[in-house]
Amino acid sequence: MTEMLVREPRTTPARERTLIEEHIVEVLSDSGEGAQRCGQSFAAIAARSGRGIWTVEIIPAEIQPPARSVAGASGNRVRVAGHEITNGGDECDLVVAFNEQVLLGRVRAGELKAGCTILLESMWREDRDPQIQRAYAETYDRLVADGYRVIEAPFERECRKLVSDPHRGKNMFVLGVLCQIYGLDLGLAREQVAITFGKKDRKVIESNVRLLEAGWAWADENVDLRFEIPARPATETRVVINGNQAIALGILAAGIDICAMYPITPATSASHYLSEIFEKVGGIVHQAEDEIAAVTFAIGASYAGKCAVTITSGPGFSLKQEGIGLAVMAEIPLVVVDVQRGGPSTGLPTKAEQGDLLPAMFGAHGDAPKVVIAPSGIEDCFYTMITARKIAETFNTVVVVLSDASLATAQQPFRRPAFSEDWVAPPVDQSPVPEGALPYGWDETTGLFRRSIPGQPGGMHTVTGITHDRRSRIGYDPETHEDGLRHRSLKLAALQRTLRCPDVFGDAEGDLLVIGWGSTKGAIEEAVAALRAEGRRVSSLHLRFIQPMPSGIGEIMARFRKVVTVEASWSDRVEDALIDRENRRYSALAMLLRSKYLVDVDCWTETFGRPLKPGIVRAALAGFLKEVK
Amino acid sequence: MLTPVVDRLLCMAEPHHDIEDYQSGLVSRWCVGCGDNAILTAMQRLCRDEQLDPARTVFVSGIGCSSRLPHYMGTYGFHGLHGRALPIAEGVKMSRPDLPVFVSTGDGDCLSIGAGHWMHAIRYNMDLTVLMHDNRIYGLTKKQASPTSPIGTKTNTTPKGSYLEAFDPLSAALGMTNVSFVAQAVDWIADVLYQIVSAAYRHKGFSFIRVVQRCPEFMPGAFDAYVQDPQKTVILQHPKGIALSPALAKVYKNVREHDPSDLAAARALAQEREAIPVGILYRNDDVPRYEELRGAGRLRTTDELRRGLDAELDRFTIWSDTGPVPQ
Ligand SMILES: Cc1ncc(C[n+]2csc(CCOP(=O)(O)OP(=O)(O)O)c2C)c(N)n1
Ligand code: SF4
Ligand SMILES: [Mg+2]
Repeated sequence: MTEMLVREPRTTPARERTLIEEHIVEVLSDSGEGAQRCGQSFAAIAARSGRGIWTVEIIPAEIQPPARSVAGASGNRVRVAGHEITNGGDECDLVVAFNEQVLLGRVRAGELKAGCTILLESMWREDRDPQIQRAYAETYDRLVADGYRVIEAPFERECRKLVSDPHRGKNMFVLGVLCQIYGLDLGLAREQVAITFGKKDRKVIESNVRLLEAGWAWADENVDLRFEIPARPATETRVVINGNQAIALGILAAGIDICAMYPITPATSASHYLSEIFEKVGGIVHQAEDEIAAVTFAIGASYAGKCAVTITSGPGFSLKQEGIGLAVMAEIPLVVVDVQRGGPSTGLPTKAEQGDLLPAMFGAHGDAPKVVIAPSGIEDCFYTMITARKIAETFNTVVVVLSDASLATAQQPFRRPAFSEDWVAPPVDQSPVPEGALPYGWDETTGLFRRSIPGQPGGMHTVTGITHDRRSRIGYDPETHEDGLRHRSLKLAALQRTLRCPDVFGDAEGDLLVIGWGSTKGAIEEAVAALRAEGRRVSSLHLRFIQPMPSGIGEIMARFRKVVTVEASWSDRVEDALIDRENRRYSALAMLLRSKYLVDVDCWTETFGRPLKPGIVRAALAGFLKEVK
Repeated sequence: MLTPVVDRLLCMAEPHHDIEDYQSGLVSRWCVGCGDNAILTAMQRLCRDEQLDPARTVFVSGIGCSSRLPHYMGTYGFHGLHGRALPIAEGVKMSRPDLPVFVSTGDGDCLSIGAGHWMHAIRYNMDLTVLMHDNRIYGLTKKQASPTSPIGTKTNTTPKGSYLEAFDPLSAALGMTNVSFVAQAVDWIADVLYQIVSAAYRHKGFSFIRVVQRCPEFMPGAFDAYVQDPQKTVILQHPKGIALSPALAKVYKNVREHDPSDLAAARALAQEREAIPVGILYRNDDVPRYEELRGAGRLRTTDELRRGLDAELDRFTIWSDTGPVPQ
C-alpha cells in the first residue's frame, strides 16, 4: 500500500463544492466489467446518506456482446437528488465510460446533457491495436468538438498499481472517484463495498476497499469537480429495492405460496428472487414447460387451495390468455403479473413499453371481465400484489397486474413495509358447505358467491369452462348463458363501487389535464409540476385501477379545456399524411376514455423502449398548452 | 387445515360410501356403446372399493367427449381446457398433495394439443392417475383424424384416408425420463380395466393408462377385430401386475408372463402390432415424485411469513430512524 493511502484521505472542504439539487450520473462499461455494480453501489451510498435516488439499469440485449461495441453498453444510470425522486429523469450530467464505444450508443440516443462531463478511460489512446487507437482518438476529438468536457482518466493504469487484474477492480476505483466528486462519506462507501462483496472472502473485500480509496485519492488530486447534493435524511426506516423485487416481496407478504412461471425477460428476475425467498421461507416456484402450463398449473393450484400467481411478459401473456379466460369463466382466483416489454411479437425483450393494456382487458375471447391494476412505482409494486391477491379471492376472478421493464430494474427508496396479518391469505377453507348452498350461489346484486374448495364436505361439483348454471352444470340455453355473463360482469361493478377516484395532481381545473397509468406516474408528475411552476394551468390524474375504473373521472375531465393521455405505447402521429381524426389509432387509455366518456381525449405517446423522460413529456405538454390557448 | 384431533373425530364418524356417492346424478351424454361408460364405471367402483371420500377426491379433465367424465362423478371435478388437463391436475396436486387426483384425457387432448405437457408430466412423476381414453379419433368435434388414428382412417379432414402412421403413445411414454407406470387397458374387458386402474391408483407416482376406447359413433367397427377375436389381445400377467380371473382365462388364452419392472421387455411389447398387449407394461415405485421433492403441502405460519419478510427487508434497509444502516 502506498503511503498516500495509509493516511485517511483528505476531504476537499465543503465550501469548494458547488451546491446542486440533483445530478444524473451514468457508469458505462462492456458487460462483465462491473459498471452496474459500481452504479448500484454509488446509488446505495447516496441513498444511505439521505439523498433521493432512482436507478435505471442499462442492459445490453445480448448476454455476451462483443467488447467495445456500441450495442454492448452495460451499466447504470443513477439520479441523485436532495429530494425524493420518482423517475430516471432526463439527460445525464456526468458519465464515466470504460471505453469510448459504449459511450457512443448513449450519445446517439441523446442521453447526455449538452456539454456534460465525461470521465473516459484513456488506456485506449495507447492501445497496441492501431485501429482501436484511431477509434478512440476520433471519438475523443468529436466529443470535444461537440462541446462535451472530456476528462481522460487512466483508471486502468492507476488500478494496476494495486491489483494485477484491473479489469475486475476498476469499478470500485471509479466508485471512489464518484464518492470524491459528490462528497459522499468514505466510511459509508467502505461499508457498502463490504456489503457488495459480502459473500466473498475478506481478501476480496480488502482489495476492493483499497481500490475504492485509491479512486477517492486519485480524484482528490486529479479531478476538479466537486459537487454537494444536500442530504435530507429520512425520518422513517427505508428500503431500496427494484420493481421486480417488490413484486416478489409483495407475493410473499400476500401469503401466496405457489407461483408457476416460464422464463421471459423482463419478468424473470421477479421469479428468480421469489425462488430464492421461497427456498428459505417455504413456497413453490414451479418453472413449467411453457406459459400455457404455467397459467393452468396456477389455476389448478388456486382451485384446490389458496390463490396462486403466474408471472410473465408480453409473448407469454398472449399464450396465457386462454387460461385467463378459463379462470374468469370458472371463477377461480388467479393473479397474473405481466411485466410489459416492447411488442408486438418478440419485440424489444429488455425494453419498456405499455403496450399490453388492451390485451390485459380484452385479450381473452368472449366477454371475460377481469381486474387490471397497474402499479405506479416501486413501492406500489409491493402493495399491489397484496391488493391483487385479496381481490382475486374476494371476487373469485383474475387480477392482471401490469408492471413494465422500466419498473422491473429501477430502484428507489421507500418506507419499509411493516408486516400486517391482514395481508395474508386465510387458511384454505375446509369447513362443511352449508346445506343447499350452490357452487355458484351468485348474489343477485353483486355476483359474489362463496366458492367451495376440494376437501369441503357437501360442496362437490365439477367446475367447467363451458357455460354452466349455478350448480355448475353444463347448460347451453340462453338463460343460463346470460345468467353467468351477467353475474361475472356484476362483480366488476361491485368492486368498482369500492374504488376511490385518484386525487388530481395540481388544481382541480385548468387548461390541460394529463392522464396516465402505471409506471409513468413519476415522469408525468414531474413534468406537470415544472409547468405549473411556470404558471401553466395543467394538472394530472394517474390511474392504478384501469378495469374497473373508478367513478369521477368524467367530472374531473369536464373541468379542463383539454385532456390528453401520456403513454409509453404506440399511437398514430397526426402529422402523418394518411392519418386523420377518424382513422387515427389512439393509444389504449385514450381509446378507453374516449369510448367511455365521449370526450375528445387526445394522446401523446413515445415508444423509444425507455422510461419516459420528464423533460420530453414537459415539452410535449407545453405544445398541447399552446393549442389550448 | 384440520388439526389431528378433528381428523380423528372425523375418522370415527367416517361414513361408508356406496357407489351412488360417486355418481353425480347426471345421466351420461355419451353415445350408446361408447367405451367411456365402461371407464366411468371402473372409476366409480375404484372409488367405492378404496372408500375415497368424495369431498377429498378430484377428477380433472381437458376437453373432448372423454373429458366429460368428471361431471358424472360425485366428487370434486375440474373440466378444464383442451389439452391442459395435466398442468391443471399438477397444480391441484402441488397445492393439495393430500387429495387423490385422477385425470381423464382424450387421444387428441393428451397426445396432440397437450403432448408437450404429457411428456413433462411423465418426467415430473407427480402422484396422478391418468386415463387416456384412446378412441383413435376426435369425437367431440365430429370425426377428425387423431394422432392415434390408424393410417388410412377416413375422417372429415382426411376423406381419402389419413396419411401418417399412427402415433405410438406407449413407446413414447416408455422412452420418457422418469416414467414410472405405463399400462394398457381396453374398455370391453371390465375386470382387467378395473385391476389396472386399481394398480394405477395405488402406484405412488404418475400412472399413465392408455384405455383403448370404442367410439361406435365415429369409429364403428374399428375395434371389432379385437373384441371378437380374443387371440388379438395379449394379456400381460404377473404377480406384480394383473391376474386373469378363471372365467376370463377361458376366453383370453393369449397370455404372457411379463414382469413390469423389465423396461426393455415393456418397450418390446409396446412395439408389437399383431395383438394388443393389455396389462401393466411397466412400473417402478422408486422414481422420486416432484411434489415430494418440492415439499408440497408444507404449511407456513403467519409468524414464519413475518420473519421471512422481515429478514428480506433487513437486507434492503438503508436507513432506519436512527440513521444509515450498516449491515
Ligand atoms: C384450443 C381448442 N382447440 C380446439 C378445440 C376443439 N376441440 C374440442 S375437443 C377436440 C378433440 C377431441 O378429441 P379427443 O381429445 O380425442 O377427445 P374425444 O372427444 O375423442 O374423447 C377439439 C379439437 C377446443 N375446444 N379448444
Ligand atoms: S362420439 Fe364417440 S367418443 Fe364421443 S360419446 Fe359418442 S361414441 Fe363416445
Ligand atoms: Mg379421441
